[in-house]
Amino acid sequence: MNGKKTSWLVTTLLILGSLLILFPLYLTITIAFKTPPEMAGNLLALPKSWSFDNFAKAIEMTNFFNAFKNSAFVTIFVVIFTVLTNSLVSYAIARNLHKKFYKFLYFYFLSAMFIPFPIIMLPLVKQTSAWGMDNLIGLIILYIVFNLSFNVFIYIGYIRAIPVELEEAAIMDGATTWGVFWKVIFPLLAPMNATVAIITSLGAWNDFMLPLVLLSDREMATLPLVQYIFQGQFSTDYNLAFASYLMALAPMIIVYIFAQKWIISGVMKGSIK
Amino acid sequence: MKKKNSVFLIITIPAFLLFFIFHSFPALQGIFYSFTDWKGYGDWNFVGLKNYLNVFKDERAGDAYLFTFKFAIVATILVNIISLLVAIGLNSKIKFHKTLRAIYFLPYILSILIVGFIFNFIFAHFLPQIGDAFGWEFLTRNILGNPDLAWIGIVIVAVWQAVSFNTILYLAGLVTISEDLYEAASIDGAGVWTKFWKITFPLIAPFFTINMVLSLKNFLMVFDQIVALTGGGPGKSTESISLLIYRGGFEGGEFAYQSANAVIYFIVIIVFSVIQLKFLNKREVEN
Repeated sequence: MNGKKTSWLVTTLLILGSLLILFPLYLTITIAFKTPPEMAGNLLALPKSWSFDNFAKAIEMTNFFNAFKNSAFVTIFVVIFTVLTNSLVSYAIARNLHKKFYKFLYFYFLSAMFIPFPIIMLPLVKQTSAWGMDNLIGLIILYIVFNLSFNVFIYIGYIRAIPVELEEAAIMDGATTWGVFWKVIFPLLAPMNATVAIITSLGAWNDFMLPLVLLSDREMATLPLVQYIFQGQFSTDYNLAFASYLMALAPMIIVYIFAQKWIISGVMKGSIK
Repeated sequence: MKKKNSVFLIITIPAFLLFFIFHSFPALQGIFYSFTDWKGYGDWNFVGLKNYLNVFKDERAGDAYLFTFKFAIVATILVNIISLLVAIGLNSKIKFHKTLRAIYFLPYILSILIVGFIFNFIFAHFLPQIGDAFGWEFLTRNILGNPDLAWIGIVIVAVWQAVSFNTILYLAGLVTISEDLYEAASIDGAGVWTKFWKITFPLIAPFFTINMVLSLKNFLMVFDQIVALTGGGPGKSTESISLLIYRGGFEGGEFAYQSANAVIYFIVIIVFSVIQLKFLNKREVEN
């Protein structure tokens, strides 16, 4: 690639294409700051004043901070426990793949990836609500358990590449299996842990379907679910609606601006496994 | 050694049980109830294959399958063509490489539902305004309100978002191709087109396979976009299979019936994935 001339044609085409991606966000930001009378004019125009009134109204109406707290609570716990438990389970399976039970487990978790959520949705919701799991804790548990399917797959590929000699040396020094995992293997899994953490947090933060079918109490609604619940009440007050959408999107966008390099490479690593 | 085995069992058995309880058991229950007439509450009786036969006779279900297939196939093809083009662009010698890559990947991190709401506004208000301003008749009406065109709106939003992930996957494949290959081909007088079909495409064939299978599978499960854009309407013209199962199962008292529908849906997804894998693998080998 070095020594080749920069292609300005391709650069220009890509910039034009990127406008298609940025445009809906531009519209979201400007409309969130506008007032209803301004909506009658040119939609592309910048707002006359950058007032935060719409945001204040949206925060009050949708109880934004409560929804934010719910989403953050779910995402943080899901990420932490997914990384800790899924890596441990994958390790146990990876080191025993020559045994029937573990081989069965591997294919068992793997095959679940092909089962579409709607097939388990109806009975699952009956069962979880009967067990009092129609709340955020239930949501967290389900995400962690369901994540096993994909994560076992990507962790095992990685763990198999770690030489067993490392563990044997630690065992010689008197470490237990438990100690070997946390002191030797888990730190070595760091790149994979990062990938799993990124994919898991995006999934938990943005998911709509599971909170929709599972949560029975409005107070527990996560950010995407809140937008859905209030869609009717926003009605034609698009400024209010867009202020609310923007606040729901903003936390992830801010994280992305600072961590895009890691997020992109994390997702890439997870998907080419 | 004995002790080590028991530790591994202590780790894996709870994981297995939890997964069974929350994933496999509901799936089995769904299959079980699909042979009954359970409404989701009250008594039930076995009805054999009645639900399955009814799904095949049900016009609403038939329409949902047709819509979902049409949507998924068109969206899969478009996403893969566009992602491949964007990836090739991003992989060539360009300015602002990092920024452009970050922008193209941005839609992946956004909530599909909220993106859908934003596009809902674009279709309903922004595009008609443009249509009026320039006198373009076809843009003046909201396409989401037209039973024949609403599906195109859903394809646009789905493609807008999915291109991000597929581009990154193609890019991962493209960076593995050595520049020397292209240089050698240039010396032999190969044009851009020949280089693409003889070098690029065969070498990224495995990525093409993954992308095709994953996109089709995801698009067959389309739900969020439809909730945000049309709610299945106008009429039932954009009701996807997932939405039908959700509506009928939770709101329509059709627990058993929609369970049968879900089983058929599952089989369809498996069949589609297997056919695709067979077909694409054959291509890979031939190349």
